[in-house]
Amino acid sequence: MNNLTIRNGRVIDPANKVDTVRDVYVRDGKIAAEPAPDAIVVDAAGLVVTPGLIDLHVHLREPGRSDKETIETGTRCAAFGGFTSVVCMPNTSPAADNTGTIAFIKQRAEAVGCVNVLPAGAITKGIEGAELAPIGSLKRAGIVAITDDGRCVQSNEIMRRALEYAKMFELPLMDHCQDNNLVSDGVMHEGYWSHLLGMKGWPSIGEEIIVARNIMLAEQVDWHVHCQHLSSAGSVRLVREAKKRGVKISAEACPHHFTLTDESCKGYDANFKMSPPLREPRDVEAILEGLADGTIEVICSDHAPHCAFEKEVEFDKAPFGILGLETELALSLMALVHKKLLTLPQLVEKFTTGPARLLRLDKGTLSVGADADITVMDPAREWVYDVNQTASKSRNTPFHGWSLKGKAVTTIVGGRVVWPVKR
Amino acid sequence: MNWTRKDLIAIQDLQPEEIVHILDTALTFEEVGQRDVKKVPALRGKTMVNLFIEPSTRTRTSFELAAHRLSADVVNIMATASSITKGETLKDTALNLQALHADIIVIRHSSAGAAKFLADRLDVSVINAGDGAHEHPTQALLDAFTIRQKKGRIAGLNVTILGDILYSRVARSNIHLLTKLGARVTLAGPSTLVPRVFEQLGCRVCYNVEEAIADADVINLLRIQHERQRQTMFPSIGEYATIFGLTKERFARTKPDALIMHPGPINRGVEIDSDLADCKRSVILQQVSHGLAVRMAVLYLCASVQPVEEAA
Amino acid sequence: MDAVAMDRALTRMAHEIVERSEDIGKIALVGIQGGGVRLAQRLAAKLQEITGKAVPCGMLDITMHRDDLSLRKKPPVARQTNIQFDVTGKHIIFVDDVLYTGRSTRAAMSEITDFGRPARIQLAVLVDRGHRELPIRADFVGKNIPTSKEQKVRVLAEEVIVE
Repeated sequence: MNNLTIRNGRVIDPANKVDTVRDVYVRDGKIAAEPAPDAIVVDAAGLVVTPGLIDLHVHLREPGRSDKETIETGTRCAAFGGFTSVVCMPNTSPAADNTGTIAFIKQRAEAVGCVNVLPAGAITKGIEGAELAPIGSLKRAGIVAITDDGRCVQSNEIMRRALEYAKMFELPLMDHCQDNNLVSDGVMHEGYWSHLLGMKGWPSIGEEIIVARNIMLAEQVDWHVHCQHLSSAGSVRLVREAKKRGVKISAEACPHHFTLTDESCKGYDANFKMSPPLREPRDVEAILEGLADGTIEVICSDHAPHCAFEKEVEFDKAPFGILGLETELALSLMALVHKKLLTLPQLVEKFTTGPARLLRLDKGTLSVGADADITVMDPAREWVYDVNQTASKSRNTPFHGWSLKGKAVTTIVGGRVVWPVKR
Repeated sequence: MNWTRKDLIAIQDLQPEEIVHILDTALTFEEVGQRDVKKVPALRGKTMVNLFIEPSTRTRTSFELAAHRLSADVVNIMATASSITKGETLKDTALNLQALHADIIVIRHSSAGAAKFLADRLDVSVINAGDGAHEHPTQALLDAFTIRQKKGRIAGLNVTILGDILYSRVARSNIHLLTKLGARVTLAGPSTLVPRVFEQLGCRVCYNVEEAIADADVINLLRIQHERQRQTMFPSIGEYATIFGLTKERFARTKPDALIMHPGPINRGVEIDSDLADCKRSVILQQVSHGLAVRMAVLYLCASVQPVEEAA
Repeated sequence: MDAVAMDRALTRMAHEIVERSEDIGKIALVGIQGGGVRLAQRLAAKLQEITGKAVPCGMLDITMHRDDLSLRKKPPVARQTNIQFDVTGKHIIFVDDVLYTGRSTRAAMSEITDFGRPARIQLAVLVDRGHRELPIRADFVGKNIPTSKEQKVRVLAEEVIVE
């Protein structure tokens, strides 16, 4: 039976506006009003207890590239990082553009996943950007959103129709904002550093122009577009202005975009190569401001594992992407809460009520009757990230060796402790 | 001064004294090139590998000849002939070469950072013969050697680099070297190929050719880098030649002792009027022979930096 | 050795060279970088005083022909080589400041043959300090100064110091 009593923690539950020291009770895998008599006690004195954290941008790579990561190893990374639910991206092989792949993912997750896996479906067939995927059927199969992430639908007409169609099923549309013509073969932010290093640039306007088109479509169709991993100041500004007007637009940010800049690429280390790329200090500031003033409602990782031999090549030949699940919480605490840009409850919102609201999930809360997905964390715990101990199959992180402050210490899914794993 | 680098990856890494030391050492090798027996035994028994993943005849031949004149053995590896096309990674190619006890690897590659990639992983000397659009250190060194031979100095000279700066490793290496040695650098060409960002490196950026070369002591012409460019950067070769080419009329209005330089190969009638390429103030061919002396200097200096075996 | 002794030694060496040569017209001096260059020039001047004829004088840098290049931690600094005359058929006299192991002389002989084929090669040194490691001997010696291996011999413009 999944019965727990989490004792004496500082409980932060933004959905219920709770921030107080008390106990949390779990009975039969759900949050309960009273403790179960045989409950296992988790001592949370001096720690913080929150609804299970949600990461709505993760690449689990299965089916198709299980050499990089599997649902099993990816969810273990999530559990280590304090995440109880992850939304997995559809750029698998085959793409998640058919009910069979969705069924496979859900079945694998059930069998070997240790956290909740919520699949996103593709917008277009093969994420090629040409024909709509069977979105209605995918919704019935259990997707929580549609996105072509990995790629971006270039045709505004297709994007418009996809949005209109998604509205019918109340599915949010998430977009990796990238204009392929402007970006072309760019490998790092177009700016002083790309010019100095002799590398092809990925200009900020390549993202901003698509953010702008998404805003206009969201306004026109009156349905929800969520802009993924914002990286530029211009994008933040566009989203802020549109939200003021009441447009159904939202945005997320990844920790690497608010802790690293394009200067990091000067050693030609492909562990600093991702899309969209690391940008300038003023972009980092704008993202932090956007998180602070609510323009950016969600933080996620864009956890993107790649085999070591794939990343240890010439910078321009390496695939884009880095790991993120295990360092996400610490980096967010350090950049936002420890720097006093956000209070801890405000940060918790970015991982709980923010994603839950966007995706209309019954998650991100400690209300009685809710699934007992709980994260116990120590915001002050100091530790050093050693990627050689990672649960991932891959090693592509720029944060190896970093001294971090803040860590999940216990991760609970449906009332079961999934991390740390008892041996 | 003491030369302590086993690799030459980028001019950006070098101190001005190190640059001057290479140029001074090149003088010795220039003299060797004038003897009957143009060979010294300095690198006898050492093996140099020309690892040319991106094709080049002139630079490769220059390095090969430089190595022969130092009595080193040379192995040429060209991309099409090698296991690179079979999908072997750069890292594996390099480890294989090291296992063959190569002493020096000269690498030309289409990816920026490729030379550093090798140098970080290998114990042998790595010489960058051009990595993508990043740097081509020996070209800038031979350009500087030529300027110093002709003008007696580099500091205080006005040097204009004209053409495709954005995709040019020759431009970047020259910008670093000339600014480190105190020259005044002007960059000129189409605005799509000469980003203003280079002003932050201390250069003047100019989109009008006449203005850019008016006070120049040295005009260094660059080729349009077709193979590295995106198609979209400027309309046509014809337009380039008309608006940015060094024509006789434009050249007539420069200083009477201004020099014309070009890393080669030249596109006659595009970046330079055909007759100008052969005129007295063009030092293009001398650059080539200086290139040999400079590369001998670089090979001699870098290959000589080895750990000393402790005597038993 | 002080300045006066140095000058006397060089004068004596110049006379010896003249006495022992078969054909003064074939003689050419080559100073070995670094300390041999200045001495060669002084010797050439003295030969001119004695014979009334100008003697060709060049300088040779032997760095690239050293036998210890691959054993050194850092590359030695190369100096100038300048030989303006044809070496073939000449009676070359190498001029160096100190003769010690003999390796510099070996390098010089190896290098000069890249310039042509001398009829004869001889060696003139200001100081012979012993401890030969190769079968090399000087033909004209300013002074024999036996030393131990730990000592250093420095030839300056006007004096020789043993330390």
